[in-house]
Amino acid sequence: MIYFTIFIAAVFVNNIVLSQFLGICPFLGVSKKIETAVGMGGAVAFVLTLSTIITWLIQTYVLVPLNLEFLQTIMFILLIAGLVQLVEIVLKKISPGLYQALGVYLPLISTNCCILGVAILVIQKQFNLMESTVFAFSTAIGFSFALILFAGIREQLSHMNIPKAMQGTPVALVVAGLLSLAFMGFSGIVK
Amino acid sequence: MKNTKFSVVLNGLVTENPTFVLMLGMCPTLGTTSSALNGLGMGVATTFVLIGSNTVVSMAKNIIPDKVRIPCFIVIIATFVTLFEMLMKAYVPALYASLGLFIPLIVVNCIVLARAESFASKHPVFDSALDGLGIGLGFTMALTLLGCVRELLGTGKLFGQIIYPEQYGTLVFVLAPGAFITLGYLIAAINRLKRKQA
Repeated sequence: MIYFTIFIAAVFVNNIVLSQFLGICPFLGVSKKIETAVGMGGAVAFVLTLSTIITWLIQTYVLVPLNLEFLQTIMFILLIAGLVQLVEIVLKKISPGLYQALGVYLPLISTNCCILGVAILVIQKQFNLMESTVFAFSTAIGFSFALILFAGIREQLSHMNIPKAMQGTPVALVVAGLLSLAFMGFSGIVK
Repeated sequence: MKNTKFSVVLNGLVTENPTFVLMLGMCPTLGTTSSALNGLGMGVATTFVLIGSNTVVSMAKNIIPDKVRIPCFIVIIATFVTLFEMLMKAYVPALYASLGLFIPLIVVNCIVLARAESFASKHPVFDSALDGLGIGLGFTMALTLLGCVRELLGTGKLFGQIIYPEQYGTLVFVLAPGAFITLGYLIAAINRLKRKQA
């Protein structure tokens, strides 16, 4: 039951993009087409879950016993950057099909702040390993969900007649604001 | 000579303003501007990191092998972020608490890495420090402006000073949707001004 609560909270109530403001860059950058949004969502789900598990293990079994918590930021970002590289190499060898599908998005991910953000969040929330994994995966689902919804709206938007000053980013931001307003309707479902 | 130094700073402030022109570093821009003071704090923190990382990257640019330069830049940036995090925890704990997660996340702020890669790794030390200052000030200005608008519309206050009674405020501007909408209209307004000038 607790896992279900974490899932609902991460996907709808505290959606990572629309209420926590993490991962805005890919949210605005790769949301022009539904296809690319799905690809990016898949890549994020994969890396986010894996990196959260690894950073959690490092934090609990290396940094805390050695009293090196202040190295958290440096350690985590290096782990994530290394992991992304590794995933890229491994995928290329093992599953060329998946590599083809996710390939372009992988390098972009190491600068995606939601990866580092979630890694630090699960430490702050003092989740155990299982809870962290569920939280990371649900967050990634929430990210993909918001991204795909937004891409759908933007595809329609490109056919609209928009005032010159509002074209491009401004109108996208306003749409994201309205989407975020809609997601606020979910607040209160779980605490 | 003085003129060119000044133009390096001005470039970051106006021509290449990170928020309104380059559109980099959107996460902290939206996430920390629920009040003018928070926006200002985040801007100052980023400025400090930018000046520090730009200076060190520029000093080390001849030592760092080209192939591993990005990981090296990230380590330099992360060092300054950790340093500033500790300083803030010790001296301004209230601000540190309200900015929360976004302080360690300066590491993945695209502006900092972008300036290290595109400016500091090609220019002398002093110019790089000035570029960090300029971009940092531009970022601070944008964040403070966004924070002012949101705080004023949402709570009727400006830097905590009451401008009009709070019950007339529109709370949504302090919450998440207000961040997106305010920034969208601010960028639109700036686009409009630029087109008029041109």
